[in-house]
Amino acid sequence: MPGTAPEAAPSWALELRDVAKSFGAVVALRSGSLAVAPGSIHALVGENGAGKSTLVKIVAGVHRRDSGVVRLHGNDVDFGSTAESKSAGVAVIYQEPTLFPDLSVTENIFMGRQPVGRSRRIDRAAMYAEATGLFQRLGVAIDPRRPARGLSIADQQIIEIAKAISLDASVLVMDEPTAALSGVEVDRLFAVARSLRDEGRALVFISHRFDEVFALCDTVTVMRDGEYVSTDAVAETSVEQIVSRMVGREVAELFPKTPAEIGDVVLDVAGLSSTGTFHDISFNVRAGEIVGLAGLVGAGRSEIARAVFGVDGYDAGTVHLGGVAVPPQKPRAAIKAGMAFVPEDRRKQGLVTESSVARNVAGVIRGRLTHAGLLTSADENRAAGPWAGRLEVKTSALDMTATTMSGGNQQKVVLAKWLSTEPQLLIIDEPTRGIDVGTKAEVHRLLSDLAGEGLAILMISSELPEVLGMADRVIVVCEGRITAELSRADATPETVMHAATASVSHAVPASTQEVTA
Amino acid sequence: MSDTLLVEPSAVSPTKRIVGELLRSREIAVGTVLVLVIAFTTIKSPSFLFSDNGWRDLLLTPSLLLLLAVGQTAVIITRNVDLSVGSTLGLTAYFTGKLFVDHPGLPIIAVFVAGLLMGALLGLVNGVLVAFFRVPSLVITLGTLYIYRGIFLSWAGSSRINPSDLPHGFLDLGTKQILTIPVLTIIGLVALGLTGYYLYTARGGRELYAIGSDPDAAVLYGLPVTRRVIGAFVLCGALAGLAGVVYTARYGTVSSNAGYGMELQAVGAAVIGGVAIFGGSGTVWGAAIGAFLLVTINRALPVVGISDFWQRAVVGALIIAAVVLDRVLSARQERRLIAARDETREPSA
Repeated sequence: MPGTAPEAAPSWALELRDVAKSFGAVVALRSGSLAVAPGSIHALVGENGAGKSTLVKIVAGVHRRDSGVVRLHGNDVDFGSTAESKSAGVAVIYQEPTLFPDLSVTENIFMGRQPVGRSRRIDRAAMYAEATGLFQRLGVAIDPRRPARGLSIADQQIIEIAKAISLDASVLVMDEPTAALSGVEVDRLFAVARSLRDEGRALVFISHRFDEVFALCDTVTVMRDGEYVSTDAVAETSVEQIVSRMVGREVAELFPKTPAEIGDVVLDVAGLSSTGTFHDISFNVRAGEIVGLAGLVGAGRSEIARAVFGVDGYDAGTVHLGGVAVPPQKPRAAIKAGMAFVPEDRRKQGLVTESSVARNVAGVIRGRLTHAGLLTSADENRAAGPWAGRLEVKTSALDMTATTMSGGNQQKVVLAKWLSTEPQLLIIDEPTRGIDVGTKAEVHRLLSDLAGEGLAILMISSELPEVLGMADRVIVVCEGRITAELSRADATPETVMHAATASVSHAVPASTQEVTA
Repeated sequence: MSDTLLVEPSAVSPTKRIVGELLRSREIAVGTVLVLVIAFTTIKSPSFLFSDNGWRDLLLTPSLLLLLAVGQTAVIITRNVDLSVGSTLGLTAYFTGKLFVDHPGLPIIAVFVAGLLMGALLGLVNGVLVAFFRVPSLVITLGTLYIYRGIFLSWAGSSRINPSDLPHGFLDLGTKQILTIPVLTIIGLVALGLTGYYLYTARGGRELYAIGSDPDAAVLYGLPVTRRVIGAFVLCGALAGLAGVVYTARYGTVSSNAGYGMELQAVGAAVIGGVAIFGGSGTVWGAAIGAFLLVTINRALPVVGISDFWQRAVVGALIIAAVVLDRVLSARQERRLIAARDETREPSA
């Protein structure tokens, strides 16, 4: 029931009651409550900034709570470090994988608790054998001796899961484990999660994808603004009910793309190839049009976008923006020509997280703001203000650092940064990854408005509903090749997924090659 | 779970894999350069290798830098650096001489232990400052470099240790050989072996690599970061202290410039030997070969008639070449790993 905490019972594997945590003046968690039964998978949902990650970090021992009760199998606990929570049988998979890139994947799994033989020497043979067993159980092909460097996010996630399983934890918390996974990988993860549940372990699953919550979980707890809202059995609730509790208001339309007037070709890409990454990529994007680039994770979508923007080089092909050739491998030239690029990993590639919001927003146009070569904070604030206001970035002041903001707000700052360059073309990679439902709708509305103003948008997304709802045209990429180009009318979950999983050797069916422009 | 397991047993046999890894290793590459330098110099001047003195010096001269480079590697692996080792060496060398002057009957082994402990204490100071105050080690150890040297200077004043102050048994260590290998080199090699064994096979050793590879992740893992970093500095200090005792035994004279500038040679040897300056990778074996290469080149260049200026430039070029090579190789490896990822993905579709 909304407003009341779950009833206490001695049988809970993990129980939190009225847990609070503040960072200085910022209250991250007002009153978090959660009760997870052994042998169940418990979903924890809420908008970004609802306090889910803080709650997870308190359970993990990263943060110490200010007040409230945390019980593990009925015993009060207060973890002062991650080592303590680990030894108590709590494994946590964080939103962003934390691996040691220089070490082998096996060492990553067993670091700090490697199997040791006589005189406490590490028994490498046993370690590799155990890692191989874990990977077999997870059904993945990863060489246990290879370094963690160069692994895709999905593979890194698998390593994190292998780590958690090898801990033999009784409580397993997964903070958005599926954000970077493709359909097959998600299915694999779910199979593992269910087998862990059947062994009597308690799992906490945080996700923004409701279909996953409903497919996997037994119980769902909703949080809003750092407070506990409700706990229900999944079978007795609905998506609409949960969404309305999360946002505290009814969400009418998740993907509100409004029709816009389609103008001239803005971006024209012809015959773009890069050995081993993508081959013979040709497409265009018109003014006022949103083109969705769909496909499985690892299909080469982000790489194509990076090549178009000039971050990575390519072997053959041309890129024209507004009829003018854009030179390869020169992002500055691309920006000057009128391209903007919001990358997939906004923390690493989109933001200077230690800098203020204003400095981040003004970063690209700083050259235009200087007086006699000097750049003042006042200039930056003046330039950043209107954009931050328009995007409703929820920060009290423009001089707040970007690192303390939620994912949704960070994304808005990145968008504000690029929009201040007044681009003709916006390339946006996974616009709503890790962003809560409310902000997601805001981002979608904003993209739609921008298209309405004549901006050409190339949107890469792994979320099918987002692609289908937003895009005027969908280009599907599979293993580095375009396998289909679908008009809004032709694009259905079936046609897109069919093309996304099509083998390269198959010719593209003529019926799906129809292009509307 | 799914019945179709995608894990395929590695196609390469273990022997083949190990041989392949060895051939590609940095240690072999630097070792090859070392052998070429020795061979080339010996062709020019056969006594470089084939006289009794030549053989002895080839092994004996690098023993000091060997100890420093091994300790430095343990610190660099944790994404830190210890610039105070030259001063630690100087201070301990003087301390060693002073012990013999003040307590003439002291057993030699006790002096070695005292030097080791003295160095460990100085290392502990570095480690505690770095780990608890969270100040970059570059700054902390730059400070202690001057402080330790200052203590040395004010303690020694204008006096210095002369061979006449030292017992014969101790000075003999500087020339004694076992199976033609100098005793001081054996000390260095034993320290190398023990450290290398620890770093490869102990949990604590592997945790040093983990901390250097990603310090934030190490905290999330619950690794004892503070304790391990302090441990690395203590080890580095102890080995520098041991090097101080070795210095006194080798030269018999300790003046105020003992060990001056050796900290940078130690860092250089580690980098040449493939220890990544940002931590997380590299071995003491590589650093040891790097130390031998650095010292040997310095001795070989005058033999083949290259001027003093070029000797230093060659060392500099070697360090830069090593770093550039690292960058190129790691970029290539990353590309290869990504390509391998694509290959494994295809059949799973």
